[in-house]
Amino acid sequence: MTPPRALLPVLVASLPLGGCDALRLGIVDHAGPVAAAQWHLYLIVAAVLVFVAGPVLVLVPLMAWHYRLSNKGDAYRPDWGFSWPLEILVWVPPIGIVIGLAFLLWNTTHALDPYRPLASAEPPLEVQAVALDWKWLFIYPGEGVASVDRLVIPVGRPVHLSLTSGTVMQSLLIPQLAGQVYAMGGMRTQLYIAASRQGVFRGENTQYNGRGFQDQKVAVIATDASRYTRWLAAVRASTPMLDGTALARLTRRSVETRPLAFSRVPPHLFDRVMSVTRTKEGQ
Amino acid sequence: MSAPVWPAVLGRFGWQDLPFVLAWQHPTINELIGAGAAAMVVIGAGVVALLLTVTHRWRWLWSEWLTSLDHKKIGIMYIVIAFVMLARALIEANLMRLQQATAINAPGIVAPEHFAELFSTHGSIMIFFMAMPFLTGVINYLVPLQIGARDVAFPLLNAIGLWLTGSGAALMMISLVIGRFSTGGWSGYPPYTEIAFNPGVGPDYWIWAVTLGSIASTLAGINIAVTIYKMRCPGMHLMRMQMFCWTSLCTAILMVFAMPPLTVATALLALDRYLGFHFFTNAAGGNMMNYANLFWMFGHPEVYIVILPAFGIYSEVVSTFSSKELYGYVSLVIATMGIAVLSFTVWLHHFFTMGQSPSINAAFGIATMAIGVPTGVKIYNWIWTMFRGEVRFATPMLYALAFMMTFVLGGLTGIILAFPPLDYVVHNTTFLVAHFHNMLIPGTLYGLIAAYTFWFPKAFGFRLNETWGRIACGCWVIGFYLAFMPLYVLGAAGLARRTQAIDEAAYRPWLYAAELGAVILFCALAALIVQLWVSVRDRHANRVFAGDPWDGRGLEWSVSAPPPEYNFAHLPHVEQRHAFYDDKRRHAPYAPPPHYDAIAMPRNSAVAPVIGIASAIAGFALVWYIWWLAIAGLVAIIATVIARSFVRDTERTIPAAEVEREQALWLHAVDKAHPVPRERELTPANQGLAEVHR
Repeated sequence: MTPPRALLPVLVASLPLGGCDALRLGIVDHAGPVAAAQWHLYLIVAAVLVFVAGPVLVLVPLMAWHYRLSNKGDAYRPDWGFSWPLEILVWVPPIGIVIGLAFLLWNTTHALDPYRPLASAEPPLEVQAVALDWKWLFIYPGEGVASVDRLVIPVGRPVHLSLTSGTVMQSLLIPQLAGQVYAMGGMRTQLYIAASRQGVFRGENTQYNGRGFQDQKVAVIATDASRYTRWLAAVRASTPMLDGTALARLTRRSVETRPLAFSRVPPHLFDRVMSVTRTKEGQ
Repeated sequence: MSAPVWPAVLGRFGWQDLPFVLAWQHPTINELIGAGAAAMVVIGAGVVALLLTVTHRWRWLWSEWLTSLDHKKIGIMYIVIAFVMLARALIEANLMRLQQATAINAPGIVAPEHFAELFSTHGSIMIFFMAMPFLTGVINYLVPLQIGARDVAFPLLNAIGLWLTGSGAALMMISLVIGRFSTGGWSGYPPYTEIAFNPGVGPDYWIWAVTLGSIASTLAGINIAVTIYKMRCPGMHLMRMQMFCWTSLCTAILMVFAMPPLTVATALLALDRYLGFHFFTNAAGGNMMNYANLFWMFGHPEVYIVILPAFGIYSEVVSTFSSKELYGYVSLVIATMGIAVLSFTVWLHHFFTMGQSPSINAAFGIATMAIGVPTGVKIYNWIWTMFRGEVRFATPMLYALAFMMTFVLGGLTGIILAFPPLDYVVHNTTFLVAHFHNMLIPGTLYGLIAAYTFWFPKAFGFRLNETWGRIACGCWVIGFYLAFMPLYVLGAAGLARRTQAIDEAAYRPWLYAAELGAVILFCALAALIVQLWVSVRDRHANRVFAGDPWDGRGLEWSVSAPPPEYNFAHLPHVEQRHAFYDDKRRHAPYAPPPHYDAIAMPRNSAVAPVIGIASAIAGFALVWYIWWLAIAGLVAIIATVIARSFVRDTERTIPAAEVEREQALWLHAVDKAHPVPRERELTPANQGLAEVHR
């Protein structure tokens, strides 16, 4: 009945199947400073928690088995039910651990606040993310381009995401780069991310929003500065404008089968989405 | 939604709202599963009705059960509802696991919106119509017996609470047969559940089912709290109560304060949907963040509403099966009260990712960790209760041990989630799903099943089969680890919760393991059903009419099993904490009282069934816009309440002679019973009389 015994089937079942591949999709295989700091924090907390859970995991089976009915050799004190030293032992150390963790929590929550700009010599790349059903529209206001379901960022440079929703609440998570923040209609939330190495990382909406939810994935492509510049040029040169027709198509409830890109984004599109969502009901 | 058939009378109902019609028109696996579920409801109801008719039991059902105001029968009916709903929600869980295991780069067996209905009903049922009725039933049954009372403070209110819960559960069942349920999850977050995005009947089913459940729980909370405050027998000071009474009291207080925010949240959402208000819409000044706050101001205390009674159960179980006094009673009372208070200070941790300032997040994160302290203290109290005891590994104790080992792991991941920066990474993923199942399955479900096994002999007069009980326990434990440990990994690997189709082959082994776990969890329920069958079959061999099969400590063990309607022929007078336990060792617990008195008990009443059925009808009519029927239902409720206020003859008297006759019968059986030593308590030698060493 103890976890080791009960966990055994899990391990036996999963080891031959090479289950550890899955973890490479998450924070364990972090690819940016935010996720790296979060993973580091996780390791610290997990190490502390070993001392919290350890005594329970040892004492429960030990006490239950040692003081079993058939073991008559041991003391039996049916009327014993209180001890000051034990009371101090069960109350004080946990309180101490929580106080210690509280300092860690306060500091790391401020240090890893998603609204906090990342330290960098370069100014952050401004990207505005608009949650739609069932796709993500990324507007690069400084560059005047936009993409759908694909976020291309230069390695090393922080990215400042502003998020809103043109529909119901959603949440943007790129586990290998950073945590998530909700995108809500008529409101703007923020998230700083950065990639420290090249690669294609999974991004997704994690807040259920209808029948296309499971298909609402984003490929986050971190690439070097020169290829990023080339991508921008290619988008400007060869993709359609984000005009009224294109916008109408994006705001329909649908899944895009492949990522899109648009040149020439109308000015203040992000703010317009916010104000339209605040005034017009539904899609 | 299809064209309405007859709008003036049937509202927005159309033929396409029947899953049978859909399955006929499009016989896909998805539609056949829907029709199959609907058929199960219809056939199940039909079989029950047929059995009642064939055995001529309708009148018996009505007069002995449905109209009864006996707290014990109401408690048992609550638990029956809970088991029926547990079966449905567990089947749904299995379907979801099967879907995810078969939908890895493939369509799987259920369509996206059907999958969304499954996770919405699974969550709503497990919380509102499994955990809540189960724990309310256990509290209902036990608290009056443990505090030496003959009934609860408000017997009719008690029955109304039961019937409102039943009508909410009935709406959940009807939604399988007519129309579709919400796809908005158990938390029903707007604006997704607003009319602009979800014009169908689904969110309305959710709103009215949950509203009925929340009102029922508020009533139950008031009743339990007042019962404990006002109905204790002479000498039963608060600090002499059984631990379960303390946790019930805290749960009741939480219900009174935490359920109304939910009722308000669903009512405001209903105003949005029905009357064009804008509380939580995107437009016209609405703000869904208010909903999130209201919902979790209910939702977090709710976690403790469902876990605290289990803590009380474990306290009783560990103490009884360690043959020893509960360690640190005062400490446990303080811890329980501490949890109850702190549970109102942590709701924001359910939405750390909503963009508030880091100081707010950190404050709520620290409060969340703080609540771990009294919880941890409780675990150590149970460990020190076993210390220098004589531990017997009966099924309820096995659940308690499995709980302690497993719950602590859930506590660890709870601390991880309490760190906002870590929550940002795994929020809304299956890591979160694994965490709360890691708390609720050991914390609530094991506790409730332990209670069912522990007190079943008290309620029905015979012990449950031990072998099948252990098989069920083993399945619940192994199934839990297999089903949910992989979800931690998948969540850390970025698998969003509520995902109908999987686009990453790397998730496969973990999803397969979880699927196997779900099957084993289903086997656990099957084992419980077999256990009940076998136990009823062998009941004559396992009778414990004398009433004390486990050498119990509280007053509930001092009466016959099952107890008489009036619980105590003579109200007990207690002088210390576990009065019965000491009585057995120092006094004569089975001495007949000097004289018998007539006892007044509440008379049966049809008020609760009428209100329950009328509210189910009103709820159903509101879902379908059948306005005339909704008005009729509401009028029926109000008229019933008014009519009841004119009924003055609400009690019936049980004559002293009848009390004496029943008591004599029981005392005679106690006299004839052979005391059973603890070593043989799991054999037919156990007749409910404990061997004690004076």
